[in-house]
Amino acid sequence: MTIDATIPPGKDKPTGSILNDPKVRGIIYQAITLLLLVFFIYWVTTNTIENLKRANIASGYGFLNGRAGFDVGQSLIAFTSDSTYGRALVVGFLNTILVAVTGIITATIIGFLVGIGRLSKNWLIAKLSMVYVEVFRNIPPLLVIFFWYSGVLAVLPQPRDSLALPLDMYINNRGLAFPRPVFESGAQFTFYALVIAVIASIFFARYANKKQMETGKRLPVLWTVLGLVIGLPLLTLLATGTPISFDVPIAGKFNLTGGSVVGPEFLSLFLALSFYTASFIAEIVRAGIRGVSHGQSEAAHALGVRPGLTTRLVVVPQAMRIIIPPLTSQYLNLTKNSSLAIAIGYADLVAVGGTILNQTGQAVEIVSIWIIVYLTLSLSTSLFMNWFNAKMALVER
Amino acid sequence: MNTHQTNFVRTTMLSPSAPPILEKGYVAWFRKNLFATPKDAVLTIIAILILAWFLPPMIKWLFIDASWTGGGRGVCATAAQGGSQPEGWSGACWAFVGAKFDQFLFGRYPIDERWRPALVGILFVALLIPMLIPKIPQKGLNAILLFGVLPILSFFLLIGGVLGLPYVETPLWGGLMVTLILSFVGIAVSLPFGIILALGRRSKMPVIRMICTIFIEIVRGIPLITVLFMASVMLPLFLPQGMTVDKFLRALIGVSFFASAYMAEVVRGGLQAIPKGQAEGADSLGLSYWQKMRLIILPQALKLVIPGIVNTFIGLFKDTSLVSIIGMFDLLGIVRQNFSDANWASPVTPLSGLVFAGFTFWLFCFGMSRYSGFMERKLDKGHKR
Repeated sequence: MTIDATIPPGKDKPTGSILNDPKVRGIIYQAITLLLLVFFIYWVTTNTIENLKRANIASGYGFLNGRAGFDVGQSLIAFTSDSTYGRALVVGFLNTILVAVTGIITATIIGFLVGIGRLSKNWLIAKLSMVYVEVFRNIPPLLVIFFWYSGVLAVLPQPRDSLALPLDMYINNRGLAFPRPVFESGAQFTFYALVIAVIASIFFARYANKKQMETGKRLPVLWTVLGLVIGLPLLTLLATGTPISFDVPIAGKFNLTGGSVVGPEFLSLFLALSFYTASFIAEIVRAGIRGVSHGQSEAAHALGVRPGLTTRLVVVPQAMRIIIPPLTSQYLNLTKNSSLAIAIGYADLVAVGGTILNQTGQAVEIVSIWIIVYLTLSLSTSLFMNWFNAKMALVER
Repeated sequence: MNTHQTNFVRTTMLSPSAPPILEKGYVAWFRKNLFATPKDAVLTIIAILILAWFLPPMIKWLFIDASWTGGGRGVCATAAQGGSQPEGWSGACWAFVGAKFDQFLFGRYPIDERWRPALVGILFVALLIPMLIPKIPQKGLNAILLFGVLPILSFFLLIGGVLGLPYVETPLWGGLMVTLILSFVGIAVSLPFGIILALGRRSKMPVIRMICTIFIEIVRGIPLITVLFMASVMLPLFLPQGMTVDKFLRALIGVSFFASAYMAEVVRGGLQAIPKGQAEGADSLGLSYWQKMRLIILPQALKLVIPGIVNTFIGLFKDTSLVSIIGMFDLLGIVRQNFSDANWASPVTPLSGLVFAGFTFWLFCFGMSRYSGFMERKLDKGHKR
């Protein structure tokens, strides 16, 4: 055994060049990257300032208080061409939220139906669901939007020849007319009754669960809840003298009168986003249900649990754990895809922003507003997802 | 002793009797797959009703009533609309698609020069097919030709201006050609950039990790259309005076940026799935960082995420249709532009054009997803017990 005498005892550090120390190297690499980045940002900023100066565009968000001077097709809050740019952006944001929320609800319903359909033992249902998924998943959403907008809704008849739909609805090339509920004084009591009924139902369901734990007997939860939620508001409505009525659209000689109308822009965007996203949700649902191991439902059967209850109490809760994270990211995708509204002129955040950008030339400010709004939406969604994953993670021994 | 009468024992085997009629053939199949329970029967009947309501009119519109030939809008419009079809007629106008087919492929590329994109297309297919079939050898050479030589050759062939080829400016490009160029470049750029971003996000150096994370999260958090707006409106602002970027190139930059961020997350998923022992093993062999990644980690990680990569490609291919919003004429853009052609405008023209474009997109995306499924099964074999 020989001891290397070139390294004096007590000095066990390698004596190589300092450049070979990974720590030093890391710092050097990072410093170079940072320097390059700072230089790049500096270069871009000076160029931008110079370009803006040459084009006589004042930077800053002061333009938001300026008069918009354009009209918005559909708006949830009062808006005229005299309103400010800031208000126009709010209108756009609300329209984005409106189409996103309605689209999410429909896409979820269709997606769950189709996803469960693909797992059905019924050959026809399974094949139909498969065709649906394979068709819509492989076509650009923009094309689906145009399909509804210029292919279907634009060739519908004029308002005077509107097509009648069930529930007093009419459809024509200006959009869909539907009965508008009219609330008179006293209508708020029905609303209160609904809230009370929902709260009571929650308490009753909890009580029933507790009772079942103690005695093993199950109270008729479903019927009680249905009775509460439907019956109580209905009784209140009748007791207060039916203050809610419907303003029904009526087909006149040239146009429809009364009712509310949603334009073809909203309709095509809503339909396209729902159908497109539903195909992805269907795949997520299918994967989620198949992800629950077969032993789980077999064990439930062995314990004598009925098939319906097995699905509800054993399969679905475990499938939801797999389904919900990708589902939220699909919701986010739908919200982001709603920016395609600009292609057909539905006044969402991006379309309104684009109009303002063309009028004022405030490119940097508008794009920054877009980025901030969409980033806030997506970051809050991912925060929710992290919280959910932490809560639902399998607790193992 | 041995005088057992065995005459009553059969000497030949009895042939098996036929199964009950309910257990074989179509009847059994129908019973098992369509009418197993009363609920199933109801569902089947509802499905048949939906099909009966929906399928015959569709087939009639697409094929039977469609007008296949003709030189103008007359064949696709009813008498009241100024055409030759009977009152109440509605059918696909394939004559429109046929007349505009060249435009749908090449946009406004000069007619005399269209052999150039066609040649690029043939070369691309000739290089792609051997790349896709696993049995054909020489994959390395093939990849160099496909991703290295072909893009350069195509660039000069398409834009011209050298070797006596007339110059063709990019605003004249259009149709399926633009869709394919955008997605090919997006794919070719996003894979290496995505890998670098993913490695950066998992790096131990905080500054690099932060830069990569911020880039990925911002790009993934905003819609592609805002990225394209940034590329088309803000990029000219960022550059010094006199320096301009071609509109086509701007769209390419936007699409590649966007795809890189998504690709980075897919690749990161693969990197995270590789056990730590692999990296430690590489370290103990004395491999450098890049050797470790190139030889040990990435080959395993990329193989794991092939489905994710192909899904990103499919998404990118579909997303290229958005460039029509910033005023470029990809397949969807050129189809839409032709709706307003006075020679062909009729109520059924938009739907026919969109069905054609949709079918084309569907063919490409469906092909890609099928191929990815095939590769997944092929690569999966090593791990199956």
